[in-house]
Amino acid sequence: MKVKQISIFIENKIGRLAEVTKVLSDVLVNIRALSLADTKDFGILRLIVDEPDKAQATLKNNGYTARETEVLAVEVPDRPGGLFEVLNTFEENKVNVEYMYAFAGKLEQSAIMIFRFDDVENALSSIKNTSLKILTHEELVKLV
Amino acid sequence: MIFNPEIETAGKDKLKEIQSNYLIKLVERLNDNVEFYNKKFKEASIKPSDIKSIDDITKLPFTQKEDLRQNYPFKMFAKPLNEVLEIHASSGTTGNPTVVGYTQNDIKLWGTVMARTIAVAGGNPGDIIQNAYGYGLFTGGLGVHYGSLELKCSIVPTSSGVTKRQIKLLGDFGARILTCTPSYALYMAEVAQEMGVDIKALPLEIGIFGAEPWTANLRNEIEKVWGIDAMDIYGLSEIIGPGVAQECKAKNGLHIFSDVFYPEIINPETLEPVAEGQDGELVITTLTKEAFPLIRYRTKDITSINYEKCEVCGRTLPRISKLKGRTDDMLIIRGVNVYPSQIEEILLRIEETEPHYQLVVERSGTLDQLEVQVEINDKVFSDEIKKMEILEQKIVKEIESNIGLLAGVKLVEPKSIERSMGKAVRVIDKRNS
Repeated sequence: MKVKQISIFIENKIGRLAEVTKVLSDVLVNIRALSLADTKDFGILRLIVDEPDKAQATLKNNGYTARETEVLAVEVPDRPGGLFEVLNTFEENKVNVEYMYAFAGKLEQSAIMIFRFDDVENALSSIKNTSLKILTHEELVKLV
Repeated sequence: MIFNPEIETAGKDKLKEIQSNYLIKLVERLNDNVEFYNKKFKEASIKPSDIKSIDDITKLPFTQKEDLRQNYPFKMFAKPLNEVLEIHASSGTTGNPTVVGYTQNDIKLWGTVMARTIAVAGGNPGDIIQNAYGYGLFTGGLGVHYGSLELKCSIVPTSSGVTKRQIKLLGDFGARILTCTPSYALYMAEVAQEMGVDIKALPLEIGIFGAEPWTANLRNEIEKVWGIDAMDIYGLSEIIGPGVAQECKAKNGLHIFSDVFYPEIINPETLEPVAEGQDGELVITTLTKEAFPLIRYRTKDITSINYEKCEVCGRTLPRISKLKGRTDDMLIIRGVNVYPSQIEEILLRIEETEPHYQLVVERSGTLDQLEVQVEINDKVFSDEIKKMEILEQKIVKEIESNIGLLAGVKLVEPKSIERSMGKAVRVIDKRNS
């Protein structure tokens, strides 16, 4: 149920982001979602790709510091209050969201958001008896 | 083994007698043959007959690197040029290079002290030595070479560079001893990993690493990745090249060959001797060298000395501590003394692995700024900005509490700081450019 996210350390320099995407494009890895967090000197690029293991290995071979993190892809109802319901569920279970970002693909009635939790196992169990849905990696990469 | 046991385990009185006899003759030779010293002695009102024992050495003047530059190229030589069989020179990036010469006896001496050195580090006749110190004007390569011949080892003179071939030969020839700079040893380990070579499985047992200051933590890191004993060697071309002092298996100070290279530790400001065990500048007199002898040469290296017999290897030769830095590597930033080795210790503690770092000093307005650039590694990388900022803050705080200086810290990508084949460039000082 968990989804693998690749995180990459990049210096805040012209062209660095483009170089990372080139490395992945050369081995035909498709980027499905991304989030870039930045500071004055460096940024951390987080990616959801179709082939995370291949992406990770390729990046390492090209000298990048990259690691895999487990995240959840959660369906968020596409209507007012939809995101609140999701966040409320986690809050009630005392699961902390470290960061989140939107996924490019969409289902008919809902958007998909990627959540990075402090405790992914706790997050998983907290949605067990709720109406919230999460997507597997296979479901995620199939979405258009 | 001990290469010259009658010297290396001699009692204090015997050593003193040897040193005294050498010093008396040295002062006579220099007074007669080197104008620079003849003048210096006159200025200080010293006659050779005033020097009766090694204790009188403190009456003699110091020699500084600047003196060598001013007497470029051959005016410091105490022998006519046709007796000088080998000449080396420093890179001379600032002004005239430092020129050093060797007579046949000097080369013999070099071989002897380097044979002692290799033996102090644990080497034996018959060992294979892969020598990745540079051959050329730099004294590192040839010094190890002569010592290996003298000890009757098999020398593989790879010189520095062509790293993949170094690693292949380490495996194929099966050297027991590797000689190079510590930063190059780390670089080789990285390349070996990229090549998929398990360096711990190599027959290599001993590394003799030097020519740049390195910390105890860095030693632990090298020993861990290579699975060898990493031993510190000390030398400088002005004195002879490598072969001045070497660590034994106790790894508790470097035995200095004081029968021929007489050491003193002084306070670099007052020029007075400091007490045994206290840090100060190492000063060396070459008691027996013929072509290029030096009296009380100020090495600018910071260390301390211990005259106790070594219980582990049995040598009575005094030990100098692992170098703490150089008086001229010392950065003075906003009135605070900073040695690159101090920053290195802190980074090793935090990153838990060999740090690749560079110190950049700049002046903004009237204020000096130190920026510590540190390569990120897998161990400390996190996908959370928060954790990375905590890491930065931790380095800032550790530097502040250990050194008393507020420095900027910049995390940079792996392998973005240039790797060295020879000496690592740890400091970029932009204040005077």
